[in-house]
Amino acid sequence: MSDATTTDTGDGVPHADTVLPDPVSGAAYAEPSATGTERGLLIETSEGAQELFPRSRTAPDELRREAGAVLRLPEGVVVNADDIDVEQTDDETMIINMGPQHPSTHGVLRLMMELDGETVLRTKPIIGYLHTGMEKTAEELTYVQGSTNVTRMDYLSPLHNELVLSLAVEELLGVEMPARSDWIRMLLVELNRVSSHLMWMATNGMDHASTSMMIYGFREREMILAFFEKTTGLRMNHNFIRPGGTAADLPDGWEDDVTVICDTVLPRLDEYDELLTGQPVFRQRSEGIGNISAEEALALSLTGPLLRSTGVAWDLRRAMPYLRYDEVDFDVIVGTFGDNFDRYSIRLNEIRESIRIIRQVIEKMPAGDYRVQDKKITPPPRGRIDESMEALIHHFKVFTEGFKVPEGEVYVAIESPRGELGCYLVSDGGPKPYRMHIRGPSFVNLQGMPVMMRGGLLADAVVVCSSIDPVMGEVDR
Amino acid sequence: MTTTDDVETTSDAPRVGGSASRRPRAHAQELLFPTREQYLEVVGALRDEGFETCADLCAVDYLSHPGRRLPEGVVPQRFEVVVNLLSLSQVRRVRIRVQVPADDPVVPTLFDLYPGTEAMEREAYDLLGVVFDGHPDMTRILLPEDWEGHPLRKDYGVGRVPVQFKGAPGPR
Repeated sequence: MSDATTTDTGDGVPHADTVLPDPVSGAAYAEPSATGTERGLLIETSEGAQELFPRSRTAPDELRREAGAVLRLPEGVVVNADDIDVEQTDDETMIINMGPQHPSTHGVLRLMMELDGETVLRTKPIIGYLHTGMEKTAEELTYVQGSTNVTRMDYLSPLHNELVLSLAVEELLGVEMPARSDWIRMLLVELNRVSSHLMWMATNGMDHASTSMMIYGFREREMILAFFEKTTGLRMNHNFIRPGGTAADLPDGWEDDVTVICDTVLPRLDEYDELLTGQPVFRQRSEGIGNISAEEALALSLTGPLLRSTGVAWDLRRAMPYLRYDEVDFDVIVGTFGDNFDRYSIRLNEIRESIRIIRQVIEKMPAGDYRVQDKKITPPPRGRIDESMEALIHHFKVFTEGFKVPEGEVYVAIESPRGELGCYLVSDGGPKPYRMHIRGPSFVNLQGMPVMMRGGLLADAVVVCSSIDPVMGEVDR
Repeated sequence: MTTTDDVETTSDAPRVGGSASRRPRAHAQELLFPTREQYLEVVGALRDEGFETCADLCAVDYLSHPGRRLPEGVVPQRFEVVVNLLSLSQVRRVRIRVQVPADDPVVPTLFDLYPGTEAMEREAYDLLGVVFDGHPDMTRILLPEDWEGHPLRKDYGVGRVPVQFKGAPGPR
């Protein structure tokens, strides 16, 4: 906020080529259009700050783009370009800053919004406050250690992160997974989807000023985390799904625990219905707020509940089944209007569908091994280590040196609670990934925010942000 | 342009384990290797073919792994930009790998075709220093504006920034 006001020329002339001091480095501010022609990397950090600038410092083209990136689509102008008043001066609008410590931004997300009165004109999410270089770290860790790293990205659905890395590594290895390990993984990721959506229900309720929902959501989620703790030893950041299977088998009596979770959560969902779904205040605050069309969502690469809320029935579990999703029955929940209420209904009903999947997993869980019995990939059973020298050597090798993965590259995508979670993995034949890139669904979904907020009220900005469900750990990685 | 199939490139990978029946591969993809000049044209053609959305875009620095397997006719370069397009109507994915030379790491932006690549191209620029020509806002996205270098490059000095203790010189 401070730099946005101090660098204001005050003359109200809407031109972009005024050279003003860069708020960060003090160097002359390079206008955005110069980046295309300035080749070479000598000026690599002088492209200017990442902030949203006042209108006097923004070119008309840029104004139109920030109003909705879809404007640049060659055909079919989604937002009418003439509607955007590029002549408007700074005096009429105000740029305000929200975050990165704002409690309703779900972490350290910073939003800069240009307001005309209470109406939001432009929004720019500024991210990177939680960047810890996880993709770089991954290049220094072996494949065995890799899941410890990725599990910390999307901290609300850690098991999905582990799963996508494991699937990518197994794809490069070309291993055939035992059936039981697939079903165990499905059980865990579906439970994780329920816990992640419950967490979202809780925080979304909080953003709508329903503190009861906050408590209820956390209460139900706690049951699932308790089961995770029993199974994996940790409530979060489990490092349980690993390349080659899972770390251990499910604990004795897991069927009963999971059945209790299903039997408890399902009727509680009906209570949420009573608390929120039919409630006039909640509906007025969510219906028709944060609209986005299917064309815009696809152009902006949005996935998950955001895309489904616009009526596109795209769920990777159904469209490109991984694990054993082709052997279970479930429905893909689709919305119509692409507004906040649709996204709420989709997540609420996805919990029901996940519970349906979980019940089928309990029925169909096959006997067998929970991991590949390949001494080069997974450690030998504990009992063998005392008996066999080779087993001891293999155990030592797996945990010190790791296993080598054949040279190649692969892109694997799964449906996380937030959308398409992808992993692009390059191996040079060594025991560490040459390059690991994670396609974070929240990172991409944040691009929908300027479109969803445009023309809305400032009071709705918080709930629109909530309905995107960004997890900043995954956005910034 | 060279085309190959993902199944082909990994088929000679050693198969280990495997007693269960072979299941259909969920992650099979078509691979395309256009040159930098063909890049926009190829992606544009794919977009017209029904690839509605760009699922992912990232870059790779092959500095310390020069001998990677590439199909005949593709000249390996230091950088590679990898684009994943997704067709919802055909339930199909295609992966495009473009070679980008180290002395001129510039590729045209896909922003006009897929506005969703905006943040992804900024991330690739930020972490690997590949410049996307024509991108409306080619600034850093994850790192601070005044950061030096591009950390995911293989010649980036890890640990170059001293840990801050009391009385120690400031970072960088």
